[in-house]
Amino acid sequence: MEAAIETQGLTRRFGAFTAVDGVNLRIPRGRVYGFLGPNGAGKSTTIRMLCGLLEPSAGTATVLGHEMPRDAETLRRKLGYMTQNFSLYADLTVRENLEFMAEIFTMEAARKQQRVAAALEKYFLADLASRRAGSMSGGQKQRLALAAATLHAPELLFLDEPTSAVDPQSRRDFWDRLFELAAAGTTILVSTHLMDEAERCHGLAIISRGRLVAEGTPKELMAGIDALVLEIETADPQKASLALRDEACIKSVTQLGTRLHALLKKDTPSPVKKLTDVLQKAGLKAEVLETPANLEDVFVASTSFEGDDPVARRA
Amino acid sequence: MLDVLRRIRAVSGKEIRQLLRDKLTFGMIVGVPLLQVILFGYAINTDVRHLRAGVADLSQTQLSRRLVAEAQASQVVDVVAAAPSAQGLEQLLRDGKISIGIYLPPDFDRRAMTGSQPAAQLMVDGSDPTLLGVAQGLSAMPLVSRDGPQPPARALFELRNYYNPEHRSAVDIVPALIGVILTLTMVLFTAVAIVRERERGNLELLITTPVSTLELMVGKIWPYILIGLIQVSIVLLLGWALFSVPVAGSVVDLYLAALLFIAASLGLGLLISTLAKTQFQAMQLTIFTFLPSILLSGFMFPFDGMPRVAQWIGQLLPLTHFVRLVRGVLLRSADLAEMWVDVWPLLVFFALTMTLAVLKFHKRLD
Repeated sequence: MEAAIETQGLTRRFGAFTAVDGVNLRIPRGRVYGFLGPNGAGKSTTIRMLCGLLEPSAGTATVLGHEMPRDAETLRRKLGYMTQNFSLYADLTVRENLEFMAEIFTMEAARKQQRVAAALEKYFLADLASRRAGSMSGGQKQRLALAAATLHAPELLFLDEPTSAVDPQSRRDFWDRLFELAAAGTTILVSTHLMDEAERCHGLAIISRGRLVAEGTPKELMAGIDALVLEIETADPQKASLALRDEACIKSVTQLGTRLHALLKKDTPSPVKKLTDVLQKAGLKAEVLETPANLEDVFVASTSFEGDDPVARRA
Repeated sequence: MLDVLRRIRAVSGKEIRQLLRDKLTFGMIVGVPLLQVILFGYAINTDVRHLRAGVADLSQTQLSRRLVAEAQASQVVDVVAAAPSAQGLEQLLRDGKISIGIYLPPDFDRRAMTGSQPAAQLMVDGSDPTLLGVAQGLSAMPLVSRDGPQPPARALFELRNYYNPEHRSAVDIVPALIGVILTLTMVLFTAVAIVRERERGNLELLITTPVSTLELMVGKIWPYILIGLIQVSIVLLLGWALFSVPVAGSVVDLYLAALLFIAASLGLGLLISTLAKTQFQAMQLTIFTFLPSILLSGFMFPFDGMPRVAQWIGQLLPLTHFVRLVRGVLLRSADLAEMWVDVWPLLVFFALTMTLAVLKFHKRLD
């Protein structure tokens, strides 16, 4: 089957700054595909190029078989786009907002009625239909935004950090809706910096400083991590972190509460003993265990190795 | 093509809905013209009484004293000062001690009887426009002589209008007010309407939908054309009802002129909307263009009395031409074809601002 999105060497420069640098992607249809990366990594810029809002400086992008940005206008009807910030009209009601979107997509009156009614039902907005959008909670606004973005039944849906202002329960519901859409054949491209969200995606691309640094299913990424992951339980994780950071075999140390996750070079011999010795020398008693990588480890491993301070700390 | 119209209708329907919901803006649409007409109109038309007057009676005759007495009896003026000469009166005027000076020359009796020259002078502080109407009333006052020879029934006074050589009144102000109100509301509303959409992020959503830049602009703007015409009607009706401002020319010409001016103002508003990043900046830019419009268009100060450079700048402003058009149609019953010199600058202004706005708007998307 033809891919929903295919890019080759996609690049976007703003002056001297390269926001997206030679990205090659192949995203299959009917999947929820995630862009994982820190803020400023180039996720939004990539999405904007794929929607035809920005012209690539170099490279090509094919979206649903159309070349972007050349066919951007014809693609508009097949694309849905949910912006990072709420971008519907705060002074219109839920129903008015949906009707406006339907009219912008020039739906016939009957179809408009039917689609709006269905959307109100599906996204639990029926009781809120005559509420002004501006007076709703973050989770309600987000449901409205998704309802509006999918009103014209797009084949491809872009979501730019959709759940940044939403509580965990709303987030779960939101993801359930996304999987329903995907099951119905919609391809969904979602950017995020949240690990639990990324872990739900069928496929994942980790983007760092404009480059695609890792790609695969979350499982593949965790299994294929280019590092050994060791968990260290110690009374003084701060001191332990300092003691470990200068070791040549250590790529990064991340604090997770009272524990540390250390990423070691893959060819390190007997890593558990090695770390126990280092910590003992520093006068620290510690319990060191080799563990399977989680997505956070993959993210750290693939985003923070190049030249930076190897100690990435996360509270 | 049908789709284009439907999208435009969707945008303007939404815009009208938002407008009706925004109580303050809606209030401004009706409130601004109402308030302005009443304020400007009455401030100018008020029946002024007990103005402080100074008299320089150089003839000191029975006739001259009677003239002064009758002026005072009319209750329009209170004689509060006497001056030995015309220069003395001017000084009193300059100092603000009096608003009107009555100057009776030494040969007042002879002038009054022969009627070859105006017998007396009224000196008026014309910087206060309300005084002019009063002075005109005074100058028409007949001097009735009960005993002795009857002076001919003609103007005794020569009106000397200091500081403001142009005659003005509500009849002059109210038509020009249409232009001032339209400048304020049309430029401001369009500028803010589009900037608001960008500021609130609505535009980011809209540019991924099939609606095009031009459709969006047209859809957002035409409700404001309607609003502009409503405001024109409010001012006209009020002017007619309260101040008997005549509509000497054709109403069609008047609305055509208004449409032209609305178009020019909307063009300017759109251009501002492409320059401003926030609603606040849009407002500042509007004020920046509004002040020169008020001051240099001939609305506030007579155009011919302005320095050459100010006149040049004034010629660039759409309000200048509209004030002439509207006064022409309403007061002199001129038609638009006769006033082509003031029609084409509006057309050029509209074409220029629209072109610039559309070009700028395209760039901002990237």
